[in-house]
Amino acid sequence: MLAPPRVWWKPLGRLEKTWLYIALAWCVFLTAMMPLWFIYGKQNVPVESYRTTPEQHQKATEAFAAKYKVGEETALKIPVVAPPPGDIYMYGKTWSWYPILKLKKGQTYRLHLSSLDLQHGFSLQPSNLNFMVLPHYDYVITLTPSSSGTYSVVCNEYCFVGHHLMVGKIVVQD
Amino acid sequence: MAVASIPMDKQAATFRTCPVTTFKVDLAAEKLIIANAVAAVVFLAIGGIFSLLIGLTRVPAIHLLPANWFYRSVTGHGLDMLVVWIVFFEIAGLIFGTAIMLNARVVAPKFGWFNFGLMLVGALIVNVMVLIGDESAVMFTAYVPLKAPPLFYLGIILFAVGALLAVIMSFVNVVVAKREGKLNGSLPLVVFGLITAAILAIYTLLNGALAYVPAFLYSLEVIPSPDAALYRNLMWGFGHPAQQVNLAAMVAVWYALAWITTGANPINEKFSRVAFILYLFFINLGSAHHLLVDPGLSFGFKATNTSYGMYLAVLGSLIHAFSIPAAVEVALRKQGHRQGLLGWLRNAPWKEPGFGGMVVSMVMFGWIGGVTGVVIGTEQLNMIVHNTLRVPGHFHATVVGGTTTAFMALTYYLIPLVFRRELKFKNVASWQPYVFGLGMLLVAIGFIATGLQGVSRRHWDISFAQAAFPSAIPGTVDLTLAIAGIGVVIAFIGGGMYLWVVLASVFTGKKTEANALMLITPMWSQPKIADEEAEHLQPRGTFALVIVYLFFFAAYYLSNWWLLGGRVWGIR
Ligand code: HEM
Ligand SMILES: [Cu+2]
Ligand SMILES: [Cu+2]
Repeated sequence: MLAPPRVWWKPLGRLEKTWLYIALAWCVFLTAMMPLWFIYGKQNVPVESYRTTPEQHQKATEAFAAKYKVGEETALKIPVVAPPPGDIYMYGKTWSWYPILKLKKGQTYRLHLSSLDLQHGFSLQPSNLNFMVLPHYDYVITLTPSSSGTYSVVCNEYCFVGHHLMVGKIVVQD
Repeated sequence: MAVASIPMDKQAATFRTCPVTTFKVDLAAEKLIIANAVAAVVFLAIGGIFSLLIGLTRVPAIHLLPANWFYRSVTGHGLDMLVVWIVFFEIAGLIFGTAIMLNARVVAPKFGWFNFGLMLVGALIVNVMVLIGDESAVMFTAYVPLKAPPLFYLGIILFAVGALLAVIMSFVNVVVAKREGKLNGSLPLVVFGLITAAILAIYTLLNGALAYVPAFLYSLEVIPSPDAALYRNLMWGFGHPAQQVNLAAMVAVWYALAWITTGANPINEKFSRVAFILYLFFINLGSAHHLLVDPGLSFGFKATNTSYGMYLAVLGSLIHAFSIPAAVEVALRKQGHRQGLLGWLRNAPWKEPGFGGMVVSMVMFGWIGGVTGVVIGTEQLNMIVHNTLRVPGHFHATVVGGTTTAFMALTYYLIPLVFRRELKFKNVASWQPYVFGLGMLLVAIGFIATGLQGVSRRHWDISFAQAAFPSAIPGTVDLTLAIAGIGVVIAFIGGGMYLWVVLASVFTGKKTEANALMLITPMWSQPKIADEEAEHLQPRGTFALVIVYLFFFAAYYLSNWWLLGGRVWGIR
């Protein structure tokens, strides 16, 4: 609180020094965990992304949906799509996700995500995986479902007053 | 500057001498501090009303507000609390630190009032916009291409410009104080910390301009929508370092409260100052930890930036986490409280609101806020946290349990010293930090536990009653949100206690010169000790506490990796 004496560059006490070394070691460990997991871990943040436009992404998604469509659901007639492993597409727009995906457990897919209007959030529940979905960006999520069941895609980035209406679906079969 | 050569007695400023601290107080500085502090408290009250409404809406059993009012209130709450309350208070603190604590004057009081006016008008515009229509329900982040009416952005920009000018004025205060020969040698540590905060603030507010000015032009339809990812980067270049401003200011307040309530001086000035410098250099990188699951950025960029280079800003906080309690421990040991490892704690002035507030603030910030923050900011772990309620859980521990509690505690001491009024309802003040802290603890834990189950933030209806599909939300969410709801009510009461004491004292307290620093507990006296290095004066208790803390930290951190590795699909 008061101004210190002119010389305050004094050596550290014993306990201060010990704590400093322990804290430093912990910080080094925290830093090392990220590259280590990047190399050895099975869950890493996807880094593949491309520029796109809403029109382009919409066209690609609709062509994909038409090709592998196996049914329709809800009053909005959202197509249910059962694609083979490989590139698959989805888009968000206020306030729905398109289309509904039917995937197979253990297969690997490259999910192309983008938005046709505002920023949205892709939140896969209940497994709780979250990614941002931005307009003009094609975010490629390479995923391998390791459990079967019905999953919902909740929008978890605020996208104006109907935000809580925005839910989609992914079904994983054995 | 011409003023540099004017001798003290011919200066434009009028001074009084504070009988307690012996600071020479510039009366113009005092008026500015009062105005900024009162504005801060008023907006805290408005934000507080929003907080009760949204808090009770998030409890499924109550679900108070309709959807549009919920989103409007979250927008108002975020802006009033995170921006208006905190920044007004920090400006008051900066004027205090750069004028009163240096026995110096405010260089340009009229300019100070101009800045205050800009900030006030900006804050009022934003609040009015949020109250009159749904169009401004865009949250304080206002992510483009989401678009609010131009006035909404204008309000934010006016506020930010006023704040920027006020920060610049405080630098000039220090420079002029130095020229006028009032500053011999180093700045006191508290002022050093405040200046750290001010330097960060300049960088922050410039980034804010880069984000909100294009959004404003977009809203005026002068330009097309800015790129969504770039906007997020700039917006968080403002939003994140703003939290470091709060952090540095809060740590400075901790040092001040430790000295006021126990006479503690940092045992090693070098240790503490280097820690502030670590903030300055490394913390600005942190904005990337809001972008961890965004498209368009590489692993290297994300990992380097979120760890602030190498978690060196975290190291800064770990240093303060030791040095402040250690300073208190050594001070109390010197005063004779030497029983065992923790005897000094038993004899600490727990009834003194400044001490209680400091401890609550440190525990909430360090144990809950800091630990959860490191986890959220770890690149891979962010995938299971981003935009869930764990995020508000984290920052209500940092910026509310930590910063807000510390600022509240400091206010009690400003009332006799700056407002020159007697503090009323001292007993209420004495309990207030604990009530508020308990409420926030429950809010934070409730939110974190709910977010762990996948529930998202800023979300009106987790039952998805009107949505196309249901989303399976585990039943335990009702329990964890009920815990948060109880916390919301307790914290609201704690906040009300603060407003009650402060407003009652400021407007109806007896006018009087301060006569003591401490408000409740008798004043400490610091004995002269011959052997400063003696074994029984070493901060052994603090050392034990920080080791326990580290174990807690490690357990929470590692269990999150276990969650990610064990539960989640393969993702690349
Ligand atoms: C009585 C005290 C408080 C309570 C009960 C409270 C409660 C809440 C609740 C329920 C939310 C909404 C969470 C969500 O649905 O996403 C929220 C958001 C928030 N709160 Fe508080 N809060 C309090 C005080 C504060 C203070 C003092 C600050 C800042 C200094 C603050 C900063 C924020 C921010 C920045 C948000 C995020 C807004 C957004 O998502 O745009 N809160 N708070
Ligand atoms: Cu959405
Ligand atoms: Cu949304």
